[in-house]
Amino acid sequence: MKEISLHILDIMQNSVAANASLIELEVIEDVEQDILSFKVTDNGKGMSEEMIAKVIDPFTTGRTTRKVGLGIPLTKAAAEMTGGYIKITSKPGEGTVFFALFGYSHIDRQPLGDMAQTMHQIITSFEDVDFIYRHVINGKEFLLDTREIKKILGGVSLKENDVSLWIYEYLKEGEKEIALK
Amino acid sequence: MKSLAELEAIRNKVVSNVTMRKDDHAVRVVVGMATCGIAAGARPVMSAFVEEIGKRNLEHVSVVQTGCIGVCRLEPIVEVLVPGEEKVTYVKMTPEKARRVVAEHLVNGRPVKEYTIGEADK
Repeated sequence: MKEISLHILDIMQNSVAANASLIELEVIEDVEQDILSFKVTDNGKGMSEEMIAKVIDPFTTGRTTRKVGLGIPLTKAAAEMTGGYIKITSKPGEGTVFFALFGYSHIDRQPLGDMAQTMHQIITSFEDVDFIYRHVINGKEFLLDTREIKKILGGVSLKENDVSLWIYEYLKEGEKEIALK
Repeated sequence: MKSLAELEAIRNKVVSNVTMRKDDHAVRVVVGMATCGIAAGARPVMSAFVEEIGKRNLEHVSVVQTGCIGVCRLEPIVEVLVPGEEKVTYVKMTPEKARRVVAEHLVNGRPVKEYTIGEADK
């Protein structure tokens, strides 16, 4: 993975695989505190303590648990390389919170990358899932709640060419608004 | 700046068009988006398909994602499924290749043979 936004895409796919109906993503960049963090909160089926230990370690993960593999270990390595860490909290039946922290100015920190592309793809690929996306850069916020969009669309698919392109442009503009000048 | 009011206008336009459409000949573009696909660059490939198909307004084509197709070394992998035709599997895709597949395969009906899995190891 070359970008943190790719790790985010991969982690959110786990939430989808865990049958979440609502996935919240919060990305925070704070130059002063020298941190970049992301948090994925879902209401999927959750994991036991043993399962959490398993998904973090690539070598004890078997093929029987298809929803896990190299994704989480890759994110863990990328975070730790920058003096950061990952933390997974989960309760079976309630959902999972995945948190990753990166050292903002660390030379090994990957760029955040294209968040508009990541969000557009996950939103339009899994229409049955609602997403709340919040990106804060030095206090400037961009927020997107797909429940709001779906209410306006009233049953029209997010995959419709015009709708899909609008969402993509909306995300790109939102990201541009809060970007560091 | 894009506004939600604009989205409502798009919605109304789509609703008025939708009745005229025939969905029974739907073409599917399937992009492998597991960890292997994402790491190899599947995300910009998928976006290139979505953008190009949207710009050309190919209403009979849908872009969907799937998990690991099983040949991780050839990712990003894209399958094009046209009803009544044999499935075409494209490998080691890039956004540029994706745009060419849209023009030649989806618009003109001629698969881009040099990007297919059969040509990959030659």
